[in-house]
Amino acid sequence: MSRFRSLLIATLLLGTAALPAAAESIYNRGNSADPESLDPHKTSTVYEAHILRDVFEGLVMQNATSDLIPGVAESWTVSPDGKTYTFKLRPDAVWSNGDPVTAEDFVYSFRRLEDPATGAEYASMLYVIKNGEEVNTGKAKPEELGIRAVDAKTFEVTLKSPTPYFLEMLTHQAAYPVNKASIEKFGADWIKPGNLVSNGAFTLTEFIPNDHIKLVKNPKFHAAGEVKLDVVNYIPTEDRSTAIKRYEAGELDSNDDLPTEQLADLKKKFGDQVKLGPYLGTYYYAIKTDKAPWNNPKLRRAISLIIDRDFLAEKVWQNSMLPAYSMVPPGIDGYTPAEADYAKTSQFDREDEAKKILTDLGYGPGKPLKLEIRYNTSENHKNTAVAIQEQLKPFGIEVSLINTDTKTHYGHLEQKGDYDYARGGWIADYKDPESFLGISRKASGNNYSNFDNAGFETLMDEAAAAGADPAARMKKLAEAEKVLVDELGNMPLLYYSYHEIVSPKLKGWEPNVMAVHPSRFISK
Amino acid sequence: MLRYVLRRLLTAIPTLFLIVTLSFFLLRVAPGGPFSQERGLSPEVRANLERVYQLDAPLWRQYLSYLGNLLHGDFGPSYNLPDFTVADLFRVGLPVSVQLGASALVLALILGSILGIVAALRQNRGVDYAVVALATAGSTIPTFVIAPLYQLVFALTLAWVPVAGWGGGALVNKIGPALTLALPQIAIVARLMRGAMIEALRANHIRTARALGLGSWSVVVKHALRGALLPIISYAGPAAAALLTGSVVVETVFAIPGVGRYFVDAALNRDYTLVMGTVVVIAVFVIMFNLIVDLLYALVDPRVRYD
Repeated sequence: MSRFRSLLIATLLLGTAALPAAAESIYNRGNSADPESLDPHKTSTVYEAHILRDVFEGLVMQNATSDLIPGVAESWTVSPDGKTYTFKLRPDAVWSNGDPVTAEDFVYSFRRLEDPATGAEYASMLYVIKNGEEVNTGKAKPEELGIRAVDAKTFEVTLKSPTPYFLEMLTHQAAYPVNKASIEKFGADWIKPGNLVSNGAFTLTEFIPNDHIKLVKNPKFHAAGEVKLDVVNYIPTEDRSTAIKRYEAGELDSNDDLPTEQLADLKKKFGDQVKLGPYLGTYYYAIKTDKAPWNNPKLRRAISLIIDRDFLAEKVWQNSMLPAYSMVPPGIDGYTPAEADYAKTSQFDREDEAKKILTDLGYGPGKPLKLEIRYNTSENHKNTAVAIQEQLKPFGIEVSLINTDTKTHYGHLEQKGDYDYARGGWIADYKDPESFLGISRKASGNNYSNFDNAGFETLMDEAAAAGADPAARMKKLAEAEKVLVDELGNMPLLYYSYHEIVSPKLKGWEPNVMAVHPSRFISK
Repeated sequence: MLRYVLRRLLTAIPTLFLIVTLSFFLLRVAPGGPFSQERGLSPEVRANLERVYQLDAPLWRQYLSYLGNLLHGDFGPSYNLPDFTVADLFRVGLPVSVQLGASALVLALILGSILGIVAALRQNRGVDYAVVALATAGSTIPTFVIAPLYQLVFALTLAWVPVAGWGGGALVNKIGPALTLALPQIAIVARLMRGAMIEALRANHIRTARALGLGSWSVVVKHALRGALLPIISYAGPAAAALLTGSVVVETVFAIPGVGRYFVDAALNRDYTLVMGTVVVIAVFVIMFNLIVDLLYALVDPRVRYD
C-alpha cells in the first residue's frame, strides 16, 4: 500500500510539474540581425537594443509606447542649475543572482563605458557627463568621472552643462548597468549564457549565432509579476522574404522588417498585421560643402529643388518611406521640424526656380554640371540614386553613380575622401532633435558634409546653454535646423518608417516612433 | 605511399603560409575597416577601439603577431562579433555546414552516378534525353530560385517541413537545404558520369572484355565504371571542399547557422580575423581533398603509383 501511495504521489507530482511547462508562453521574435555583442558597452545597433532592453534595466527605461518610465531608479531630482541628477534606486532591484543592484554598480558601469580600455562605441554619447570625454580620451582617470554613489541606493551624476535629453539618453543600452563581479570572474566570457548576470525582465539561456537567442523570464525581476511571457526567442531574419514565409507558417510571431518591395501585396494579404508608421530616422545625402562647385548653397538648393521626393517615396520605396524636407523627422514632443521653404510648393514651381538658379550660375548646354553620387550596396539605395539621376538629367546635370559596399562607403566618408553627394542615414538614439542636428556640427565624426557654418554652431551652442528651459531650447534648435536646411548642410530626402509584421496573437505591441517594443509588456 | 602523403602534407605548409600572407595584406588594401559604419565614430572612440584590437600597431607587427597566434592555433577574436572568438564561431558553425555538405555530396555522388550510368547505357534514347535535360536544368536554375520554391511548396502549401531554421539539427529542417545544395551537384555528376561512361564503354579493353564473353553487368561495373570514375573523383575533391564549408545563399535563405555566410559577411564587414579564419579553413579543406583525390586515383587507376 505504501508503495502504491508513493507511486501515486510521484505520478501526481510529475503531472503538476508538467503542467506549467505545457502552458509556457513563448514569443518567437524575428530580429533582422544577430547582435554584434551582448555587452551593453560594445553594442550600437537597434537589433542589440531590442534584446538588451529585455535582459537589462537601466536607471530609466521605455514603456510599450517608448515613453520614459522609471527603471532601477524609482525617482530622481534635478538640481536647479540642471547639472546634477540624483537618482533614488528602488529597494527591490536585484541582479539575476540575487545580489542587490546598487549605486556602486552604476558607478562601475559608467566608468567602464568611458574607460578607453573598454573601447565602447557609445562612450561619446555620455560625454555630457562631467569629465566624460576627458576619461575616454585618457586625459583623466575613470575615478574622475562626474558620478558618485552617495549611498547604496543613491546615485548622483554631474553633467558638463544642462542637458535636457540626458534622461532620454539613459534609456540607451550603453547606460545599462553591468555586473562587476561576473565581469571580474569570467573576463570576456561574462556575456555567455550561464555566466551572464543581468537585472532585466528576462535572462539569457542560449545563444547560437545565426540561429537563436533564448531568454527566459527572470523571477527575481522587481516587476516579474507583470511579465506575461515565459520565453522570448530572438531569431535572426537576415533574409526578409524567408522571414515573411516563416511568419506565415507560424514559426515567427513577429518580424521587425518586411521586404518593402512587396509592401502592397503584403498589406493585401496580411491586412493590419502589417504595421507601418513614422519612425525617427532620416535618409539623406551628404554634400561635400567645402568643395567647388558644391560650396555654393544656391547650387545645392537647385539640386534639392529638382528632386521629386514624392516620387522616391511612392515609386522607389512603395511608401515605406515618407518625403522629407527637414533633418529632424516629426514625432518628437515639443519640437516642430524646420522644413525647407519649398516643402509646400509644387514640383513645377520648384523646377522653375531650379532652372533659374542654374541659368544664373551659367550652367547650360555649353557648361554642363557633373555630379557624382556615392551609395552603399542596396537595391533601394541604387534605385533611389538612379531615380535622382533621371530627375536631374533634363536639367543638363550629368549624374554618375558609384556603388561600393557599406564599409568602403563609410570608410571613404570618414577619411574625408573626395566625393560630391553621398548617401547617409540617421536613426535617433534618443528622442531629441539634438540627435539629428548634432551630426552636422563641425566637430562631429558624422559630419560627412564637412558643414562648417558659424550661424548654425552659434545657435546649437545657444540651444545647449538654454538647457534648463525646454521651450526656449527647442526654439533655438528649430532655428539651427532652419539654417541647416536652408544652407543644405545635408540634403534630407526621406523619413524612415517602421515596417513590421505582428501576429494578432500578440497583445501589448504598441506602435511608436522609436519602434521600441519591450517584451516585458507583450503577452501571447 | 606513406612517404608520398607525408611529402604532400609538408609541401602544404608553405602553401598555407603563402595563402595566409597574401590574404592578410590583400584584406588591408580594401578601403574602410571593421569600424566604418553608417553611424560614424568620433576620432577618440575610433582610436580607443583600434587600440583595444591592436589595429593601431604597424601592419608588419600586426602580421607577425597574427602569424604567431595562428601557430598556437589562436585565430583571434572576431571584430564584428566580439562575444565570440573566430574559433568559437567555427566550432558552432562548421559541424552544421559539414553535415549539410556531406549529405548533399553523398546524394550527388549516388544519384548523379546512377543517372549518368543509366543515360550512358541508353544513349540517345528517351531516358538519356530526360537525364540530359534534367542535368541542364539542375545546373542552370540557381539555388536562390530553388530554395524559395521549395519553401513555398513543401513548407507553406503542403506544410510538411518548416520554412527555415536549423531546429537543433532536426531531420525535417535539413531536407530543404541539403536538397538545394545537392541539386546542382547531382546535375553535374550525372553529366560527367554520362560522358565518362560513354567514352569508357567505347574503350578497347571493354571491347576485349565483351569479346571474351563477360556478362554486360560485369563489364559495366567492374571495367567501364572503374575508368569512368576518374573524372568524377577529380570533380568531387574540390566540390567536397566547397560543399563542406557551406554556402552563403542556402544558409541565408534557410536561416542555417553554418559557416558559409561568414565568407561573404566577414569580407563585407572587414572582419579581418574572421576572413583570415575562413581562408585558412577553406585552404585546409582544399589541400586535404586534393590529397584524397590523388590517393583515390592510385586506388582506382592501376597506372597511377606514388612510390
